[in-house]
Amino acid sequence: MSLLAAPIEKPPLPSYLEAGHSVRSWLCTLDHKRIGLLYLFSITFFFAIAAVAAALMRIELLTPAGDVVASDTYNRLFTLHGVLMVWFFLIPSIPSVLGNFVIPLMIGARDVAFPRLNLVSWYLFIFGGAFTLYSIVGGGVDTGWTFYTPYSSTYSNSHVMAMAAGVFITGFSSIATGLNFIVTIHKLRAPGLTWFRLPLFIWSMYATSVIMVLATPVLAITLLLIGLERFFGVGIFDPKLGGDPLLFQHLFWFYSHPAVYIMILPGMGVVSETIAAFARKPIFGYHVVAFASLAIAGLGFLVWGHHMFVSSQSVYAGVVFSLLSFLVAVPSAVKVFSWTATLYRASISFETPLIYALGFMGLFTIGGLTGMILATLAVDVHVHDTYFVVAHFHYIMVGGMVLGYLGGLHYWWPKISGRMYHEWTARISALITFIGFNLTFFPQFVLGYMGMPRRYHAYPQEFQMLNVLSTAGASILAIGYILPLIYLTWSFFYGKKAGPNPWRNPGLEWQTASPAPEHNFETTPVVNGPPYDFEVLPEESV
Amino acid sequence: MQVAEPTRKILFSAYAALLILLAVSAGAANEHFSHLEKLLIALLIAAAKCAIVFWIFMQLKYQRGLVRIFALVGFFWLAIMAGLIFADYLTRGAG
Amino acid sequence: MNQSTTEIEETPYVDATQHREANHLGMWMFLATEILFFGGLFSCYSIYRWTYPAAFAQASNRLDFWIGTINTGVLLTSSLFMALADLAHHAKAVRLTRIHLSLTALLGAVFLGLKFYEYYQKYVEHLIPGPHFAFPDAPPQAQLFFFLYFAMTGLHAAHMIIGLCALGWLVRRTTKPAWTARHSDAVSIVGLYWHFVDCVWIFLYPLLYLAGR
Repeated sequence: MSLLAAPIEKPPLPSYLEAGHSVRSWLCTLDHKRIGLLYLFSITFFFAIAAVAAALMRIELLTPAGDVVASDTYNRLFTLHGVLMVWFFLIPSIPSVLGNFVIPLMIGARDVAFPRLNLVSWYLFIFGGAFTLYSIVGGGVDTGWTFYTPYSSTYSNSHVMAMAAGVFITGFSSIATGLNFIVTIHKLRAPGLTWFRLPLFIWSMYATSVIMVLATPVLAITLLLIGLERFFGVGIFDPKLGGDPLLFQHLFWFYSHPAVYIMILPGMGVVSETIAAFARKPIFGYHVVAFASLAIAGLGFLVWGHHMFVSSQSVYAGVVFSLLSFLVAVPSAVKVFSWTATLYRASISFETPLIYALGFMGLFTIGGLTGMILATLAVDVHVHDTYFVVAHFHYIMVGGMVLGYLGGLHYWWPKISGRMYHEWTARISALITFIGFNLTFFPQFVLGYMGMPRRYHAYPQEFQMLNVLSTAGASILAIGYILPLIYLTWSFFYGKKAGPNPWRNPGLEWQTASPAPEHNFETTPVVNGPPYDFEVLPEESV
Repeated sequence: MQVAEPTRKILFSAYAALLILLAVSAGAANEHFSHLEKLLIALLIAAAKCAIVFWIFMQLKYQRGLVRIFALVGFFWLAIMAGLIFADYLTRGAG
Repeated sequence: MNQSTTEIEETPYVDATQHREANHLGMWMFLATEILFFGGLFSCYSIYRWTYPAAFAQASNRLDFWIGTINTGVLLTSSLFMALADLAHHAKAVRLTRIHLSLTALLGAVFLGLKFYEYYQKYVEHLIPGPHFAFPDAPPQAQLFFFLYFAMTGLHAAHMIIGLCALGWLVRRTTKPAWTARHSDAVSIVGLYWHFVDCVWIFLYPLLYLAGR
């Protein structure tokens, strides 16, 4: 017997969507579910801007000559794309949207540990976004999302301080979210919900939150130092005073490498949930996968120097970082093996979330393996700063994380909206995304290996064909992004009503109404068995 | 609901210890040790003072293991950061 | 459950103990972020001091040893009063709590006063990094020391100011017994922050003031 599910006989509690319709009830909400939706709208907005920048870049790269935008403009475009995608889309995507919405439901709690802090985190996000938008509207920044010194601290004439301030503020949103989740998971689990009965999404989110809390402060101080150096005209990265620009890179990547694990771990959590759900089996090797999440978080802090192999960092340090980078691939691979073993001889149904999860598995594997290639010091000397790197991280970030995000969004859509999206439209959209993605980014591996450098808007003639393929892929990928925007929004208002448990899943979040009631559960659930216990299910749902 | 906490006597003893340590570190700075010895003494004394503040004033003595882990995790991570950054600087000239 | 129904509605907690434990975990987690925030600056300081020991020693000698030492004593005393305020708060001795909180804040203000006097002195002596920096006989890396000095103590001072605001807020709130009953750990939580900021100074003092002696 896995769960004590109280069948819903009484008239349903008002859903969180019905509890107040004024603007104030949304902007002053303390409900984690509404805050999740606030984040959903905000990050979609920033994603759109960053996507337009990418579109302009890909149009420029159709021809070898730099003829669509000036090189300086191109610099500002890829900086905008990177900054917005990393800090205003990817990092908050699953944690702040799906995590906020689902975590309390999954652990049987009424809300997160600090609801007011949760709302504050959204306002910090918006406030930081405002600064960043201001810098973009003012002409943008040309340093790249990595803000390397001494260019960013001394020589750039762009709006570095405004953008750095925006990211600095948003960082505190990240910290607040992570802190909230950690305390929530420690203190607010339902009775009987021991650590090893938690769904794997919670383990992933816990690991993600640990990284958010421990890494982001270092980004904050690094950006503060850049701001001080720009403002006062003197700073500790200035070679004239004996400063070392490389120190900036150490501090920056100490955060930014774990940041990529902030971006991927939640996606892995979603994949664990959706594979279990649509294979109707517990995840193979539950404990191993749980520990792998923690291992990724921990080891992820030890590898940042692999971004600096050719920076004049000590070669010996480089060797150590290279070895550690190989090591961090192991827990990720373990997860992929676990998911595969789960699917073996399972009762699989190809719903949309599973399609996204399968796409994740394949594309993340390619991204991860190419990461190992990059971690090989000697090879990296040749492919550093080429499109090989660009392809690698897009395979992880888009092929992995974005597919994970879309999969999670579809999986929990019934709980969020109370409706089902149109299944066939969604499946086709997932397929379009997958095809468009591969067409966009696979050629970039070849381009990078052939030597095309990144962050250049003009290139030698022989690279054109692959670039044209890539841009063609991007236009297909764009359709894959736009379609969910349309059909999910449509389904919110006109979709078929979903019952409490359309996927017939034993998870706690499915033991309450859809859309979720304002205070989540009528009575606090009690757990007395492992997760993913598909043997004993609630009776048929709608 | 009463949680264990320090008595006034314990607080004043901790305070006295802190002042003594402060006097020692100020005094030692003006003595004739080598630079390295002075640095080591200064850091050890600072660590001791910090430990007293954490243990008594911030009441880690009276808290569960989980709280103590939360309290120390930041130092541990800082050690990783500083340590690996130093690994670069220390090995640059070599080879 | 020992909470009113309205409170059950407002918070996700089962009881006040769980709430208090969560608050403590939350504050300690926040302090962990502060360790890494300040830690970035401490790391930069360490790297540069290791690289330029003579320049740092020379620059450190220009700092006022006595103000630094007295200020350290001031902060340690403020921590004592903060801890005493916590005891008084738990004993529900309202007036004693407010007196101790006020003394803590007063000492914090004394610290800041001495600090800003120091800053003014540095300004007069042309030791503020930038176009007017003048430190004859010292290598250019001395400016690195002073940049870190101002950045680290400045960030510390900003945290002190926030702490003073929190103390002021506490002094006002603890006049209301109903509030005190509902927030029995408020003084503890603010205390954790205050003690932590004191600890940052405990490390700043020897690294900045005693480096050259």
